[in-house]
Amino acid sequence: MTLFKQIAAVTLMNFKSLPHRVGTSIVIVIGIAGVVAVLVSVLAMSTGMLETMEHSGRDDRAIVLRNGSASEMGSALGRDAARLVEDAPGIKRDSQGKPIASAEALRLLNLFRKEDGAEVNVTLRGVGPQLHTVRPEVKIVEGRMFTPAVTEVIVGKAAHAEFKGLNVGDRIKTRGATWTVVGVFTSGGDSHESGLMTDAETLIAAEQRGSVQSVTVLLESPAAFQKFKDALSSNPALAVDVSREREYYRRQSETIGKVIYIIAYVVGGIMAIGAIFSALNTMYSAVSARLREIATLRAIGFGATAMVMSVLAEALLLALIGGTIGAAIAWLFFNGHQVSTSAGGNAAGHLIFELSVSPALIVTGIVWACTIGLIGGLFPAIRAARLPVATALRAI
Amino acid sequence: MTAVVSLRNVAKSYLRGKQQVEVLHGVDLEIASGEFLALMGPSGSGKTTMLNLIAGLDQPTSGEVSVAGERIDGLSRAALAAWRARHIGFVFQFYNLLPVLTAEANVEVPLLLTNLSRGERRKRVETALQLVGLADRAKHKPNELSGGQQQRVAIARALVADPTLLVCDEPTGDLDRRSAEEIMNLLQALNRRQGKTIVMVTHDPKAAEYASRELHLDKGQLVDEAERRAA
Repeated sequence: MTLFKQIAAVTLMNFKSLPHRVGTSIVIVIGIAGVVAVLVSVLAMSTGMLETMEHSGRDDRAIVLRNGSASEMGSALGRDAARLVEDAPGIKRDSQGKPIASAEALRLLNLFRKEDGAEVNVTLRGVGPQLHTVRPEVKIVEGRMFTPAVTEVIVGKAAHAEFKGLNVGDRIKTRGATWTVVGVFTSGGDSHESGLMTDAETLIAAEQRGSVQSVTVLLESPAAFQKFKDALSSNPALAVDVSREREYYRRQSETIGKVIYIIAYVVGGIMAIGAIFSALNTMYSAVSARLREIATLRAIGFGATAMVMSVLAEALLLALIGGTIGAAIAWLFFNGHQVSTSAGGNAAGHLIFELSVSPALIVTGIVWACTIGLIGGLFPAIRAARLPVATALRAI
Repeated sequence: MTAVVSLRNVAKSYLRGKQQVEVLHGVDLEIASGEFLALMGPSGSGKTTMLNLIAGLDQPTSGEVSVAGERIDGLSRAALAAWRARHIGFVFQFYNLLPVLTAEANVEVPLLLTNLSRGERRKRVETALQLVGLADRAKHKPNELSGGQQQRVAIARALVADPTLLVCDEPTGDLDRRSAEEIMNLLQALNRRQGKTIVMVTHDPKAAEYASRELHLDKGQLVDEAERRAA
């Protein structure tokens, strides 16, 4: 009990003396705020991208690519192969007994970003006639749905916001056709919103190519996946890879996600080392400035533990303030901020997503801040505790 | 009278660089309960070292130190801290008040190491401040008080936990003559009226006159008064 009282009393005295040491205390706060702001912002990129990619898939949908293809862009399936896939067991059927599947063709369009005018590859996805049953999340929010056999496209909401020339009524020229934008769609914030959609047959005909890139199917249930996969794997006429859709999109974002994580932690780590030294410097200064007080309290009978804890508490308080400011900066300036990257996996082409400063990221930032504060406070705290009282009193 | 402080053949040496510096050599001393002892001597004679040993701030190189009936020369740092909290009240040359705390909060500091309730602590603080004549300055911070007033607050802090021994290191060293006299009168009154045992280190012969006994240290040894006068 007395120990807690000692710690509380000394800590309170430290806190009360903080306004007298604003200059040195601000150094630690700014240092840690910087680390947390950078770390949380960069990680928000990764989190936002992962969230977008995770929204792009469902467990009861499967995607079939040519054997060995890492992504849709590297895949090509002939029409016969696509038909064989659609006939496989495990696929849900509509009221007329037709398998619910969409053989999809992908092409890249060159579009220009509104923000800086940069030319970027954007995916034009040709989808099958059962788009609404395969992907019920696709909803028209402006204009109307494209008409099959007519060179019309609908534009994802994120692409509409990001690129020039994608308003309803605008025209997009490609080598094989001129496409008219007839609508804007949402798809639950997934990666498809970064691209455009049209009728697959119209796209294949306009581009004069005979193959599709993938077949996406709606399964009878998530459990039917194995049956579907086994049937395709055992069919000697097919050489395909089958994945659950959610897994596929997760894989697509894995590499870039890892790169962003590494960047976040390397940059954050380097900054954290700097912040630790600044915290050490600040806390050593704090201990030096309070040498007389510490020696006096020790002489009166306050224990070493109370000194250690009080210095650590001060470092933690400053770190918490810094961490909170850093997280607040990241949240204010970056949360919900739309960014785009062409490295979101070939499946997505140019991926547009919102930075997401999630509560988990804020906790991560605060944990980093506290760790920096604790490391920065530890050695000065030990110094305060080991101070030979008689010598310290004489040195004053 | 029973001895409150007993030093037997106490020696203390320090390492200064690679050199061993002997500060005290085989000192024997007894201080009786209720005594007001003034320790005098030139700089470097070992006065403060001796005071630190008596106050449990330092450990002797050899010999025995007993204070308040307890051998303290072998106690650990933590045990010594707890022992000091129970038995020693400190008065420093530069007052050593905590600048962010008011006078009453400064006086309360030693009581935070006891199990007294907040109400009891408040009562004791009030009494101590009244004793040193500063009840009306309870809410003032050290920088709002004169040197003499600050030292009186420091004395109240030293007294508040009712320690066995009051240890004063040059208590008038930073004060003008008038304030110094006030402080010495206060210490003398505490000794005479409250029976407080006081050990005081001072350079000032006038301050020493208030004590009931004077001892002189020279080159780490207590000097006989007659010898001293002859020298």
